[in-house]
Amino acid sequence: MIDRDTVLHVATLSRLELHDDEIEPMARELSAVLGHLETIGELDLDGVEPTTGVLEDRSPLRADEPTRSLPREVALDQAPDASDDGFRVPSPQA
Amino acid sequence: MTAYETVIGLEIHVQLATRTKMFCGCELVFGDPPNTHTCPVCLGMPGTLPVVNAEAIRLGLMIGAAFGGVLAERLVFHRKSYFYPDLPKGYQISQFDEPLVAGGRLGDVGLERVHVEEDAAKLTHAGASGRIGGSTSSVVDYNRGGTPLAEIVTLPEIRSAEQASSWLRLLRETLRQLGVSDVNMEEGSLRCDANISIRPVGDTELGTKTELKNMNSFRFIEQGINAEVARQTALVEAGERVQQETLHFDPRTGSITSLRSKEGSHDYRYFPEPDMPPVAVPDELLQSALAAVPELPLERAERFRTELGLHEESARLLAFRRALGDYFEETLGAGGASADKQQVANWIGNDLVRRLEAQRKDDEAGETDTDPAQSKVSPAALAELVALVVDKKINRKAGEQVLDVLVAEGGRPQDVVEAKGLAAVGGADELRPVVQAALDANPDVVEKLRTGNMKPIGAIVGAVMKETKGRADGGEVTRITREILGL
Repeated sequence: MIDRDTVLHVATLSRLELHDDEIEPMARELSAVLGHLETIGELDLDGVEPTTGVLEDRSPLRADEPTRSLPREVALDQAPDASDDGFRVPSPQA
Repeated sequence: MTAYETVIGLEIHVQLATRTKMFCGCELVFGDPPNTHTCPVCLGMPGTLPVVNAEAIRLGLMIGAAFGGVLAERLVFHRKSYFYPDLPKGYQISQFDEPLVAGGRLGDVGLERVHVEEDAAKLTHAGASGRIGGSTSSVVDYNRGGTPLAEIVTLPEIRSAEQASSWLRLLRETLRQLGVSDVNMEEGSLRCDANISIRPVGDTELGTKTELKNMNSFRFIEQGINAEVARQTALVEAGERVQQETLHFDPRTGSITSLRSKEGSHDYRYFPEPDMPPVAVPDELLQSALAAVPELPLERAERFRTELGLHEESARLLAFRRALGDYFEETLGAGGASADKQQVANWIGNDLVRRLEAQRKDDEAGETDTDPAQSKVSPAALAELVALVVDKKINRKAGEQVLDVLVAEGGRPQDVVEAKGLAAVGGADELRPVVQAALDANPDVVEKLRTGNMKPIGAIVGAVMKETKGRADGGEVTRITREILGL
């Protein structure tokens, strides 16, 4: 069972702001997800490789050839805030 | 009082020398204006798909092959989640439980693993624009974001700061000669973190470690590790405990400060990267990597030692500086099978390098290594010069004068010897009368010599040198003196 502290911890890691009345439902939902995984845990999976994807060996590799980058104005235009040459963000040290 | 042992493991991040980024085709150019090499993939736009740069994998495999590690048969990437503006996706694509290379060894230090991942962007903290007071905002340059990195992790087998820095030099030279990275610490293409702990001598369990981040020169690495070991030792001796934390060493003040704690390892929430399911390493890529590994510094030093009979120190000097090693081998080639290999090594490693470095200081040349191949002294000329000295056609002092001329003007040693009249006073026939004259002029010295006290022979050698204008061979003078006096 996921408790309130765990929810708040994961919220911090994910930079999510939760209101007080959201914490309890979130704990319930996350517990349900984990409960489902525990169902899988009941199976005997000794010697079975974990499935990390169903498209095994379909990832292509790319040749080391340059492609065109975005014009800087276009790239910076996508950002909520920018200086003349860079993406402006709240200082992580503040 | 308890004696403590230092235990150090290193983590080295190396930017791989590809033309483009790890997961997109943006070109990598150091020093270009900020944010001129970005695209939706490396900016972390929703809906984009990363595609692995095969060359980065090939370079990573070369590193693994050079270390003799176990090379992975498939590529498996994981997401390492943490929020920081230098990471636009909110996670770094890295490797977790299946690194590209497992194990291996370089010199005296074993390796745990080598994995590949993408580099973070460059964050400039505040004030830079001038428009914002204080430190409330930062500016991100995503040019570097997505650069392919190899992270090399050693086992905790290093026992001192000095060992750490000398091993790192070996690593840097090995990677440089492999050609997988620029290994430029100032520009950040090679960065080093150190995990440091101490324990009472004899203990087998590891003490609590701290991580010293991002030291960008060999000197700072040594200073930083020594400072941290001193700090830990003082703590433990005061009966306190070392806290597991991440630290920053300030080389200007020598102080160590705690960085605000990042999330612990389990909080990175690693999980398989769903955008890139595991893929087998293509055999042609593996073969190409294996074929590209050249002879590396340690192997070359070993060959110089065992096959050519060089002293350990000469062998390492010439092998660890590729330009010197190449020039040395060319000189041996030009000098034929009879060349005195140790002498050739000495003349290159000491005399020639010293002169070329002095010359470079005058020219204020850049940071690149001295390369004798770029000098006016051809390998053939050096081979000839060494042979002249070894065959006693000229003495060593004269040889050094010849080398001065070769470094400044080039040319053939024999021509310089003739032009400057440096030829040694020939064999015993020519030298004997001069020695006899010197003995006749110094009866007191002769008396001492006869009693078996050979110290004053310097006076005879000096007199002969003066008479021959320094062209005699000191050893030869001594031999003839002994012969004349029947000693």
